Amino acid sequence: MSSNKKYWKSVEELNETSSIVETLKQNEFVSEIPTDEFLGDKDTLEATSTTRRDFLKYIGFSTAAASLAACEGPVVKSIPYVVQPQEIIPGVANYYATTIADGFDFASILVKTREGRPIKIENNALAATNSVANARVNASVLGLYDSLRLQSPKKGGNSISWTDFDAETNQKLTNLKVAGKEIVLLTQTYASPSTSKLISEFKEKYGTVRHVVYDAVSESAALDAYQAKYGERALANYDLSKASTIVSIGADFLGDWQGGGFEVGYSKGRIPQEGKMSRHIQFESNLSLTGANADKRVPLTPSEQKIALAKLYSYVVGGSVSGSLPNQVEVAVKKAAAQLKKAGTNGVVLTGIQDVNAQTVALEINEFLVSNAFDKATPIKTRQGSDADVAALVADMKAGKVGAIIMSGVNPVYTLPNASEFVAGLKKTELSITFSMKMDETASEVEYVAAAPHYLESWGDVEIKKGHYGLTQPTIRPLFNTRQFQEALLKWTGNPVSYHDYIKEAWGTTILGGSSFNQALHDGVFVGSIATEVISTTDASTLAAPSGSAASALASSAKKSGLELTLYTKVGMGDGQQANNPWLQEFPDPITRTSWDNYLTISKADADALGLINKHVANGALNGSYAKVTVNGKSVTAPVMIQPGQAKGSVGLALGYGRTKGLKEEMQTGVNAFALYQGFNTVQNVTVEAVSGEHEFASVQLHNTLMGRGDIIKETTLEIFNTKDKKYWNEVAMVSLNHKPTPVSSPEVDLWDSFDRSIGHHFNLSIDLNACTGCGACVIACHAENNVPVVGKSEVRRSRDMHWLRIDRYYSSEDSFEGDDKKKDDISGLGSSLSEFAEMEHASANPQVAFQPVMCQHCNHAPCETVCPVAATSHGRQGQNQMAYNRCVGTRYCANNCPYKVRRFNWFLYNGNDEFDYHMNDDLGRMVLNPDVVVRSRGVMEKCSMCIQKTQKTILDAKRDGREIKDGEFQTACSAACGTGAMVFGDINDKESKVAKLKQDNRMYHLLEHVGIKPNVMYQTKVRNTTEA
Amino acid sequence: MRKVIHRILSKNILGLCLIILLAFATSLSAQGGDPVKGKSLFNANCAACHQLDKKMTGPALRNVEEKIVAEGLDRAWIYEWIRNSAGLIKSGDAYANKIYNEFGGAAMSPFPQLSNEDIDNILAYTAEVKEEAPAAAVASGATTNAPAATGGITNELILGALAILFVLLALGLFVVNKTLRRFANAQNIELPEATKRMPLWQAFVKNQFLMLVLAIFLLLASAYFVYGYMMQIGVDQGYQPVQPIHYSHKIHAGDNGIDCKYCHSSARTSKHSGIPSLNVCMNCHKSIYEVAPETQAEGAAIGVDYNAEIKKLYKAVGWDDTEQKYTGESQPVKWVRIHNLPDFVYFNHSQHVTVAGVECQTCHGPIQEMEVVSQFAPLTMGWCIDCHRTTDVKIQDNAYYTKIHEALAKKYNKEKLTVAEMGGLECGKCHY
Repeated sequence: MSSNKKYWKSVEELNETSSIVETLKQNEFVSEIPTDEFLGDKDTLEATSTTRRDFLKYIGFSTAAASLAACEGPVVKSIPYVVQPQEIIPGVANYYATTIADGFDFASILVKTREGRPIKIENNALAATNSVANARVNASVLGLYDSLRLQSPKKGGNSISWTDFDAETNQKLTNLKVAGKEIVLLTQTYASPSTSKLISEFKEKYGTVRHVVYDAVSESAALDAYQAKYGERALANYDLSKASTIVSIGADFLGDWQGGGFEVGYSKGRIPQEGKMSRHIQFESNLSLTGANADKRVPLTPSEQKIALAKLYSYVVGGSVSGSLPNQVEVAVKKAAAQLKKAGTNGVVLTGIQDVNAQTVALEINEFLVSNAFDKATPIKTRQGSDADVAALVADMKAGKVGAIIMSGVNPVYTLPNASEFVAGLKKTELSITFSMKMDETASEVEYVAAAPHYLESWGDVEIKKGHYGLTQPTIRPLFNTRQFQEALLKWTGNPVSYHDYIKEAWGTTILGGSSFNQALHDGVFVGSIATEVISTTDASTLAAPSGSAASALASSAKKSGLELTLYTKVGMGDGQQANNPWLQEFPDPITRTSWDNYLTISKADADALGLINKHVANGALNGSYAKVTVNGKSVTAPVMIQPGQAKGSVGLALGYGRTKGLKEEMQTGVNAFALYQGFNTVQNVTVEAVSGEHEFASVQLHNTLMGRGDIIKETTLEIFNTKDKKYWNEVAMVSLNHKPTPVSSPEVDLWDSFDRSIGHHFNLSIDLNACTGCGACVIACHAENNVPVVGKSEVRRSRDMHWLRIDRYYSSEDSFEGDDKKKDDISGLGSSLSEFAEMEHASANPQVAFQPVMCQHCNHAPCETVCPVAATSHGRQGQNQMAYNRCVGTRYCANNCPYKVRRFNWFLYNGNDEFDYHMNDDLGRMVLNPDVVVRSRGVMEKCSMCIQKTQKTILDAKRDGREIKDGEFQTACSAACGTGAMVFGDINDKESKVAKLKQDNRMYHLLEHVGIKPNVMYQTKVRNTTEA
Repeated sequence: MRKVIHRILSKNILGLCLIILLAFATSLSAQGGDPVKGKSLFNANCAACHQLDKKMTGPALRNVEEKIVAEGLDRAWIYEWIRNSAGLIKSGDAYANKIYNEFGGAAMSPFPQLSNEDIDNILAYTAEVKEEAPAAAVASGATTNAPAATGGITNELILGALAILFVLLALGLFVVNKTLRRFANAQNIELPEATKRMPLWQAFVKNQFLMLVLAIFLLLASAYFVYGYMMQIGVDQGYQPVQPIHYSHKIHAGDNGIDCKYCHSSARTSKHSGIPSLNVCMNCHKSIYEVAPETQAEGAAIGVDYNAEIKKLYKAVGWDDTEQKYTGESQPVKWVRIHNLPDFVYFNHSQHVTVAGVECQTCHGPIQEMEVVSQFAPLTMGWCIDCHRTTDVKIQDNAYYTKIHEALAKKYNKEKLTVAEMGGLECGKCHY
């Protein structure tokens, strides 16, 4: 019997003649195992005297030795200064006021230094304008410690000395001068009085010199319009706190529109006071940060925006324009116009359409309204580039008319749409120099690369707004052998003074007017007499009456064909000059909540039509199709992100990604959208087609809608807020006690015993959802303050991001969150709940958007504390939920028991680990770490500590001075970084403090209050001004 | 053990030098003046910048008058110079300007308060003949060491004698035993044969109960020792590394009574106590270029050449002692850190030193007696906590505490609160 039985492993074996079976019999491994590859050279292997036995002995010995050695503490050296600088006390931070002016971001800031190392950027409270550091400026300190920075000047890729550099470039420049050839200075917008003076001196010395100012992301149209109207090449300045009605057509003014910096004024008007708040109507195609904050948002394509603006003009000022709009947009424009007229001088119109006519129309409407918000006295100077000049330069270079080109602060080979033409032109110059911090795209193409210092190592001055000056001072000795552009200009003009002395002298003669330079340097800012002069407002009469010609020209220029692409800059990346900054790469975009990428945003309808999809894969991460985007024959292939709120017929793509040179491989993310930035126009007609493949996104939030859970983000309208009782719009959750509904906040229903917290400090953080724009400056500030590690794209995709502070963004599924709540409440029965809940998972085509910063809520009855088996997390008397990392064994029970999901687990050792080659992996990058906060190791849980190191320091300072603490002294990193005043931190036991008052505010609520865990973080109900005129 | 009598006596190294010089001074100035008074005047007014035999900020002053006279000047010129050197330089006096330029334009501060008699006294002092360093000091240093040494030997002697005694006793017993057996044999007395019983150890092994007890005992004992071993890992109490420069806290903080916070100034304001930068050392060591001979002798007894250590400092800071100027070639000193707290502990010196007024010695031990510093406290968490539990908060004259302390005192019904009761035991106060 048994002999007849045949066992077989595969069907193949049944086939007697199968060659596979035969082969496998002969050789188990069909393909050769590449033993040579890992054993290396056979000869040397045989020659070695180490036997396998010896090898094991060595291993055994070294393991034993290592474990024995581990019991001995290492010898730590302490090396004091030879001569300690007077201002440095080890362990005590020094603050210096300086100004960032990198051509894209301009802000007056404070730099915190420890033992001479800048470690954090903070807002400069002394500055009257641009005092708020955005996410990029907050992150810029890490750029100082970039391991890929150029350490010395280079010629043709080889390091040379500055002496040789000077000798050679001087010689060449002199030769060119003698030959009468043109020398071109291609720079970023410096807005620097001293640099302008230097450049004019350079011009004097070398004769035919052309200075071309180039902004990577151009505001040329707005500059041209302002110049034509007011005779000054600057950008219109608006103080949005003075506006009660803000109509924005395509202006992302909470983002980077006109250099940004409008959020402070905007938020002031957004907090309801005495029943009033501003109304903000946004017309736009991409869902921008600004649109997300608007009371009413109308999605429309860029060409429709032009007509809408022209129509708005005609409704407000008068006249008629051609063109037609979809009915609902038409109605919205009419209503907006009515509202503006009603607001009168309190109305303001902003536009981001890169078209001189559009900008002129906006200026004319504001003139007509005599808008209070329109500040003509202090126009913005931070963009001065001219598209025409740059285009002319490239043409001249190609024609071989340019003898020498000296670049600083620009990276045209990356940012120019016609970069290849520029490179061809570069080859025809006799001398090409670029001042660069990195071996970037441009630096790789030029003859001489002058290693430039970081702004924290440089001197400088800047006129951010007319009459508002800022000084840049070094906060650290240059780390490398670098020289800034201005120093080089001084050398070339044969001026022996240092740039510092030059600035000091220039300021003394023209700007300071007798004030102290040292005081200005201390403050970082100086307000000149021009800014304080009252400029007569009779300008309106002298100006030509609005003719309406611009409006009709604008309306007729609106032509539509196919999809329209709007190029934009992301809050995290800007123009891409900080692309090698891991903080910014991992910073989730406030709208899409996606990090490490740019993508083509497209509406659901268009995506369906083109066969483009977004889907969640097995591990929960997001994947998206690729699409080929073509503009005039130039195309890029980008992943697709289906974006609720994207106007149908439009797509969006962020600039600043797709860098290829001067940055680590991990940071080479996204696609370069500058290739599509043709004619420096952010709006392009494109064709989009699906291509094969799927892109893996690293999103930190995958569920986008609130599912009708209105108690997470409490919202109401201004009307209800003003007319109805608090109970109606901010109800405290009820629980049943003896079958009677009882407020969850009452002590009878409390499961826990409360501790007495009335003595000493009791810290609370209030977050005003009305003032929070979602800008994310707090996220980066938290990173810098608390040594939060960067984990990289693939880890973020696995939901292992380490952000202690996240800003949740929710879309409504119906037209509004109110609709969601209603829909959820109306669900009854299984069938309905299945289908309707499924529907609610999808965001509306034009959703309402809400932002909610969430960090550890420091619950007084914290669920995480009760489940920790080793008591690693415990509660402090001052309200903080404390985390003792050295005690944590990593069971992660706490994270599972946290209702807010704010605890983060260290899956890996993120510092000193080549797998995570970010700033914590090299000695240079580690210099940014805050020495007062421990760098957590692998296997422990970490989370927001409510910046206990900062509150402890404040307390200690007060103890040392023997004084009580005033309100406002206590700050967390996030509350200090928050420029809009959305985050207020303080001691609620100080009854006079701002935060104690906010706790009593009618708008106050706690997140998930019904759980009854009594958080120490509170939110202020979001109020929307839905009042139509 | 070395005695320290001489150190306590020598309040000031410079002063000691001069006392010795004085004691052996034999010649008196010819031109009158009291060298004893002169010496105290010299120490009070001149010693900051001048020495008798060494060029410092100002020239060496031994027999200064002879030099001046050799220049064709007289004592009147010296009076003038001392009282108002700047005026003399201004008046265009050739020698005054020469001296002024020779010392790099460092103007001598005027001493209008010195009378002619005072200056005569000082000159008398400077005119004394230089004494060779007295050998007596060295000798006395050696003698002071002697009693300590004998003390050590005595103990050993006693122990040795005892040991010999015991050996003798054992030998005696053995001899007695042997003799008795011989007697017994001789007398044919039958000595009882020891019956072959089961050896004790075998009985023990066979008794399972005893074995169980033993096993438990051994396990417990080994657990005890393993625990003890584990608990001392990372605890470096008594850690006393060799430092690149033999810096004696005993001489500085002990003998000379320099306040700890003079050098560790940042302990007042910072989390770090701070290792003084070398310029702080040079505040004194610019003029203290060698130690007193006695101190040097004491150093020699423990194998330390203090003067060589000062030279090490000069090398590190780049100080040219002969030219009295900085060369600019400095070399930071790589001290070995003794007190190492782990990264996950936040400790702030200013909180303890300034706010709480804790003496440095509370945690660092008798630093003023340590020739080489060692870690005094275990620096374990239990040690921190113990102190926080028992120490009262210092609230005097501190407005920060007034309200909080009052409210808490009422709550706990106590007059004085410990650090723990103020919240000083919370994890987050030290771990973040």
